[in-house]
Amino acid sequence: MTAASDSAPAPATPSPVEPQRTPLHGLHQRLGGKIVPFAGWALPVSYPQGQVAEHRHARTAAALFDVSHMGQVRLDGPGFKAIATALEALLPADVLGLAVGKQRYSQFTTAEAGVVDDLMIARPPEGALGGVLGSVFLVVNASNADTDLALLRAGLPAGITATRLHDRALLALQGPEAVAALARVAPGAADTLNALRFMEGAGVELAGAACWVVRSGYTGEDGVEISVPADQAVALAEALLADAAVQPAGLGARDTLRLEAGLCLHGHELDVSITPIEAGLAWSIPKVRRAGGARAGGYPGAAVVEAQLREGPARRRVGLLAQERVPVRDGAALHDAAGRPVGRVCSGTLSPGVAQPIAMAYVEAACAAEGSTLFAQVRGRGVPVTVSALPFVPHRYRRA
Amino acid sequence: MSRKFTAEHEWIEPTDANTATVGITVHAQDALGDVVYVDLPEVGSHHDQGAVAGVVESVKAAADLYMPVSGTVIEVNEALRADPALANRDPLAEGWFFKVKLDDASQLDALMDATAYEALTAK
Repeated sequence: MTAASDSAPAPATPSPVEPQRTPLHGLHQRLGGKIVPFAGWALPVSYPQGQVAEHRHARTAAALFDVSHMGQVRLDGPGFKAIATALEALLPADVLGLAVGKQRYSQFTTAEAGVVDDLMIARPPEGALGGVLGSVFLVVNASNADTDLALLRAGLPAGITATRLHDRALLALQGPEAVAALARVAPGAADTLNALRFMEGAGVELAGAACWVVRSGYTGEDGVEISVPADQAVALAEALLADAAVQPAGLGARDTLRLEAGLCLHGHELDVSITPIEAGLAWSIPKVRRAGGARAGGYPGAAVVEAQLREGPARRRVGLLAQERVPVRDGAALHDAAGRPVGRVCSGTLSPGVAQPIAMAYVEAACAAEGSTLFAQVRGRGVPVTVSALPFVPHRYRRA
Repeated sequence: MSRKFTAEHEWIEPTDANTATVGITVHAQDALGDVVYVDLPEVGSHHDQGAVAGVVESVKAAADLYMPVSGTVIEVNEALRADPALANRDPLAEGWFFKVKLDDASQLDALMDATAYEALTAK
């Protein structure tokens, strides 16, 4: 028995050096985490309770993920307006319109509108956490952090700097009980935490640590992502795990949760050959940055994005539900009933929540209609799959 | 004769002079994580030693099942097809994969015993 394919988590970047360890490494070992290399980091793929149990716990209570491998980047310069203007030249978000304490999702694009990376952009309140987050605070993917920093340094004008924060960890607490559990751990911050809506952040003290907490995540559930000083991360994680509602969860569950939630993973649903429009991310490009808007275009690949918004892209990201029990995984070719190749699967698993195989794929626009039957090539035979709406599991973000 | 093991993390246990039961080891199911699907060989199909006879899939990966010895499949575990998690819960008994009629029982002699297999997985 040997692994023929490994679709979750994404394959680690081959690296001759020893994988880096997060500040929680010792805690993962004490908890019995199965440590694997991922994007140059050593991280737990699962704990003794197992990936499916961890997944279900995030849907029903509160799961704690170590996502310290993600790149935390501060931008500094002559004021928010100057930094936001400079950042808008690199991506299609409305950064200038970002209110204090808010976060937005966007993508760095190439001249052809391919996605270099997807990221979160936050505007912390002036002086939050003594100013350690800068005027604009980014969270980028681990595997692309170096590329992103190079892109920022090349693309930002003199006087605006991008600095990766190596002395901070990042925890994600996800699930319907996440915020309540966090409020129990930090009663003094309960009012602030309870007031946060989806994609709103605040500086709060948690277990004695000055943290930046944003109500967001990568599971489709309510929850928070917490940036905490590296030397206080273990104490905070232990305080959270001491709460009856909280269980640790690894990268495996993180991947199946985001797949059910229909969320993109760079390297699978996104890469430099895929545009945000093909990926179904047009919602993240606001009117003000589109044709006719006050600050239309002006980012790499804007002409391609505009053309695809106008005419529709030639291929689209879709969800697939398999009609049999066999998992349909990353890389599987898709054919139509006539045997014509029409696309490719980019992520797939057997969904713990839906209890059937789910996948995301890119298919020709003509085959992207919900309910269409296609055939995924699995070990030489065509497994029938149905094009399905995303997400597979409804999002439960706290928007109101 | 007792249970034997392969470097591909499968076990094979003789049931009589010319038949044996095949499954995956405790180490294998642990490495795979939660098993969600098994692709079992056809009853009556013949496979040479080392040939891919099936697939076991977990939430995170798919892995090939190899024939530990040459032989013909005489039975498959339908209970495992219905409940693949048996491979995690009881890999050495209820979670067996298939039974084979051996071409050459002496092929078993060259496989690892429990002690040798434990030494392999301890590396």
